[in-house]
Amino acid sequence: MLTTLPNPVRPAFEQTEHDGEVIVNIGPSHPATHGTIQVIAALDGEKINRVDVHCGYLHRGFEKECESHTWHNLIPYVDRLNYCSGLINNFAYCDAVEALMGVEITPRCRYLRTLLSEYSRLADHLTCIAASLMELGAMTAFLYLVMIRDYVYEHLAALTGARVTYTYGRIGGLARDLPDGWLKRLDEILTEYEKFIGRIHGLMDRNRIFIDRTRNIGVISSADAVNWGFTGPILRSTGLPCDLRKDAPYLAYAELDFDVPVGINGDNYDRYYVRMREMDESVYMIRQLIEMLPDGPINVDDRRCTLPEKHLVYTEIESLINHFKLIMEGPAAPAGEVYAAHEAPNGELGFYLVSTSGGTPYKLHVRSPSFVHMGGLHRLLEGYQLADMIPTFGSVNMIGGECDR
Amino acid sequence: MSAQVFDVVQQQLAPVTGECSLSHGTLVIAFPPPALLDIVRRLKNEFKFDLLLDVTAVDWPEQAPRFEVVYHFYSTTHRVRVRLKTRVLATDPTVDSLVPLFGSANFMERECHDMYGIDFRGNPDLRPILLYEGFVGHPLRKDYPKQQEQPLVPFRT
Repeated sequence: MLTTLPNPVRPAFEQTEHDGEVIVNIGPSHPATHGTIQVIAALDGEKINRVDVHCGYLHRGFEKECESHTWHNLIPYVDRLNYCSGLINNFAYCDAVEALMGVEITPRCRYLRTLLSEYSRLADHLTCIAASLMELGAMTAFLYLVMIRDYVYEHLAALTGARVTYTYGRIGGLARDLPDGWLKRLDEILTEYEKFIGRIHGLMDRNRIFIDRTRNIGVISSADAVNWGFTGPILRSTGLPCDLRKDAPYLAYAELDFDVPVGINGDNYDRYYVRMREMDESVYMIRQLIEMLPDGPINVDDRRCTLPEKHLVYTEIESLINHFKLIMEGPAAPAGEVYAAHEAPNGELGFYLVSTSGGTPYKLHVRSPSFVHMGGLHRLLEGYQLADMIPTFGSVNMIGGECDR
Repeated sequence: MSAQVFDVVQQQLAPVTGECSLSHGTLVIAFPPPALLDIVRRLKNEFKFDLLLDVTAVDWPEQAPRFEVVYHFYSTTHRVRVRLKTRVLATDPTVDSLVPLFGSANFMERECHDMYGIDFRGNPDLRPILLYEGFVGHPLRKDYPKQQEQPLVPFRT
């Protein structure tokens, strides 16, 4: 027997404004939107007049759950925010906790985190561009990009043991050091990347179909983008060189030579091109970091957060108790609050932590770029054709895990 | 650079705000709720804090004004952050909405309303955003049990 379920959302508008208008519902599960998002649109023919964006279908109580686990135990959870670049979430979160505890990471860890952040950014942008090109029918470009991304995933799996959810960051360090030959393979992958990204430029940049679908579609001005809270590639595509890696350098970014690519129009094409250029900058940075990478330990020697070595745990009582306390009670953070943000591939990823001292957070809040971007999505959709929703939504790169938390 | 901006902001806002402090490179300004709109408007227009990053709240059930509403702002000119904090009572958890000043405030205030039940006076659209229509309670309040379930669809047996 069919029963009518209550509608989980209340649309902002249920009446048409005039006779020609029709209201359609798109999503939350729609083959053309990669992400669980619901868009209620008032159409005039093919033109979108108004939209009402609903998210929250993937809400899983992340912030509530965080309040009952130790600081260490949250690392696997933050992997699942933006699951295209789990390492950046790891490092941003660890950075926030380290700031709270007053821990300074070792030089090798700092450079490795920077290298892996850029590597993750590369994987994330590859995914975003591949998916949005495929939705426009560019299957070859999709396969080229996803092939490179798969090299990256396999390569990160060799380091971390997982393809997507890495859980590689640790408070005060990293899970393990690089395996033998990892940097050599990294260089091979970067060379392969350069070969194929040239083909993507050749296939897409001056492609009439691609330009017609993306040029002057989903345009936003710098002032509007700032007003609606856009950060990351979307803000930079409007011409504003706003990048935390440059403006408030964290990790090792202050020592690196790189440009902040910006667009001109703030349309879909610019967002595609900004991401393409950012990947090149990431590769350039990774190459510098390979040269700069110092030797030394990857974990700080600080008993408040770093686990003692295993052979000591088995042989001396102090280390055993230390291990026990770190696992059962968690790393002891002092009372206080901190907001730390990293430049994630989608924009500013911030962690706001409140601690009342002890091993678990009193409150943890994530400033996720995707959620804020969904608040301004209607600015990119209204006034354009219904079919333009696909490239526009693709270029925004909404990640459900991060948006809905 | 950031120290200069913070000094100016502190001096200028001193008559309306209470304590100001510096925490991990962020200027923290605490003040009573009625001053919010005035301070935010001045931050935006005079000191160029043009990007509203985040709106959230902290629940302190044992303290007198129970909820602390927390805002983060970023200046794309000065490249520094400011945190605003204001305390509201559990019986009347109301602050002014920032929607007239920042478009991005809408979604973030809706989330904060969902999770903590803060009422943003002047926000025309406080429909649930991460939760669903008809959800009872505010899950990030400390008195909301983590295991509580409110299924929309009955469980299959």
